[in-house]
Amino acid sequence: MARNSANGEANRSLPGRLRSRFEGPNTIGESRGFWGGFAAAVAALAVYPAFGDSSQLSLFMVLALLGLSLSVVWGYSGVLSFGQVVFFGIGAYTFGVVSINFATPGGITAAVVAGIVGGGLSAAILGYFMFYGGVRDVYVTIITLVSTIVLHTFMAQTAGSEWAIGEAALGGFNGMPDIPLLTLGVGGLSYQFIYNPFPMRVIGIGAFEISPFYYLVLVLLVGTYLALRALVNSDYGRVMVAVREDEDRTEMFGYNVTRVKFVVFTLGGALAGLSGVLYAARNVYIDPTVFSLLFATLPVIWVSIGGRKSLLGAVVATLAIEYLRISMAGELALVLLGTLLLVTILVLPSGLVPWLHEQIVATRLGPGEAGGADTPDAPSEVSD
Amino acid sequence: MVNGINLALQFLDSFAFIVLAAAGLAIIFGIMGVINLAHGEFILIGAYTATLAVTQLGLPLVVAMLVGGLVTGLFGILTERVIISGAWPNYVSQRTLGRDIIEPLYDRLADSMVATFGLSLILTQGARIRFGNSIDQIATPFGAISYGEFSYSSYRIVLAGVSIGLLLVTYYLFTRTDFGMRARATIQDKQTAQAMGVNTDRMYMLTFGIGSSLAGLTGALFAPVISMQPTLGDQFLVEAFVAVVVGGPSVVLGTALSGGVLGAILATFSNLYGTFIGRIALLVAALIALRFLPNGITGFIDQLRKRRQESD
Repeated sequence: MARNSANGEANRSLPGRLRSRFEGPNTIGESRGFWGGFAAAVAALAVYPAFGDSSQLSLFMVLALLGLSLSVVWGYSGVLSFGQVVFFGIGAYTFGVVSINFATPGGITAAVVAGIVGGGLSAAILGYFMFYGGVRDVYVTIITLVSTIVLHTFMAQTAGSEWAIGEAALGGFNGMPDIPLLTLGVGGLSYQFIYNPFPMRVIGIGAFEISPFYYLVLVLLVGTYLALRALVNSDYGRVMVAVREDEDRTEMFGYNVTRVKFVVFTLGGALAGLSGVLYAARNVYIDPTVFSLLFATLPVIWVSIGGRKSLLGAVVATLAIEYLRISMAGELALVLLGTLLLVTILVLPSGLVPWLHEQIVATRLGPGEAGGADTPDAPSEVSD
Repeated sequence: MVNGINLALQFLDSFAFIVLAAAGLAIIFGIMGVINLAHGEFILIGAYTATLAVTQLGLPLVVAMLVGGLVTGLFGILTERVIISGAWPNYVSQRTLGRDIIEPLYDRLADSMVATFGLSLILTQGARIRFGNSIDQIATPFGAISYGEFSYSSYRIVLAGVSIGLLLVTYYLFTRTDFGMRARATIQDKQTAQAMGVNTDRMYMLTFGIGSSLAGLTGALFAPVISMQPTLGDQFLVEAFVAVVVGGPSVVLGTALSGGVLGAILATFSNLYGTFIGRIALLVAALIALRFLPNGITGFIDQLRKRRQESD
């Protein structure tokens, strides 16, 4: 793209060149102001535990990874998966089963990998059947939705003692308790992340304890966000977006549309698996409610409200909506959530974050600086 | 233990369940290109209305069921006007802001799913807030028939009859009446239909209303045999979606055929290995069907017919 190369020439400096890897037509936020704000937001998240409840925020950030996985699959490749929680749950259960059976630091590290592979592999199997079988559009959505419901039924009936893998009993509706604490590394070179407060002493502020798990999740979330930004702005990302915009035309240009969808779906599954691993590790417990219809639709809600074609939107909306959902907690919470969803889809189909970005660009920047004003694509674009 | 009569009755039961669960969903999807994820909640409205009409107002059962279908149909029309087509909000915004605020959800499949899911959240939780976690149920009518050492609820046999009757009525409505002709013209080519003087906007509204009232009638018919709780719609969803996918583009024929095929699979596997395996078998059947017949059974039939015409 012409604008991209112009960008590269304008920023010869090292930070400029580094930045251009994360910028492109498929994401919002290219100005210095945006990256300044981004750094400030990450810094705010880093110091937040000194003031607020970091254990709750770590849960929201784990779920934000799930939101990102749907954003890249749906928002960027146009495959609406109603079954991201399938891979999330499979990742969580795999982590639980492997780590209970091999409760050593090395074993738990392997369990993390197994969870991610489990999520990716299950997505690859389902994706192979769907995409190579010629299943398209809404039928993909329906199949993923049905898989969620079937898995919910399946896990709910695994209460009997015959449903155990090694030492790990699946436990039906009671779930799988006593998952070992998350430890990464091998033998002596390992560190345990959960319930392991780390005392910190800062001159001028005083002594306080921080949660290593919180920082692990923060690093993973920021890293994943930046990596996905680089991915969607790469050449491959352009093909993904082309598949979303017009599958037949992309195919006519010689791209293997089926393989692109398959690869992205698998990647999204692996990322959802990672999110599930962290979820199970944080709660040291997992049960079939992760496959329930309500939980299955939460990622769709986050991504729709935040702006499905915006990675940032997925993260921001997940944090905000989960915070609202937990703090409302009353009977009306779901009614409000449903209304929010309905109104957003009807009035702001492209989502809140891209809309906010447009408003900021329109008011804050003068017309001369309109370079950042490019939205990911035309807002009037239809979605299916 | 496989028993011939048992299996036949179970097949009829599964057939009725699948056909009734899917009919409303299939009509709205097939004709309007809208996936109604609130389908389960439309069933809920029908079931609650019929139950409350019997327990609170003392209406006779059959009348209460018709009321259930009617109320859900009216609610469907309201949904279509406000959410799916946005006609009423846009009417207001045209007068106040001078522009439309809602773009119709027709043929925006993903958006229609998300929007109707929002509606479904509101309805489920609304029912829970208003009526609590369950309401009093009406007794199953007609008693049971017995044969040998077995007995079977006669109401379930009546349901099978009613489902076939509803299929026939729907088939008649969409193929033999003026309304059906206009509705099908609207699906095939909206612009041409408009040019020929069909009010496509009204067709959409009425079709959505008919689909909704079928969902409501399903809920009302099953009200005596399922437990009355706010999440009762969920148990219809899998069968409904699978039947629509397997059925393919031709609405009535597709629903009938997939009801037959899936009903046989569900009944056989449930009978042999239990309900859970029956449901798994249903999903596997759907996956296999989609792998080899991406356009469903009726799409496959169309393809065969075309091939035969070409070879003649």
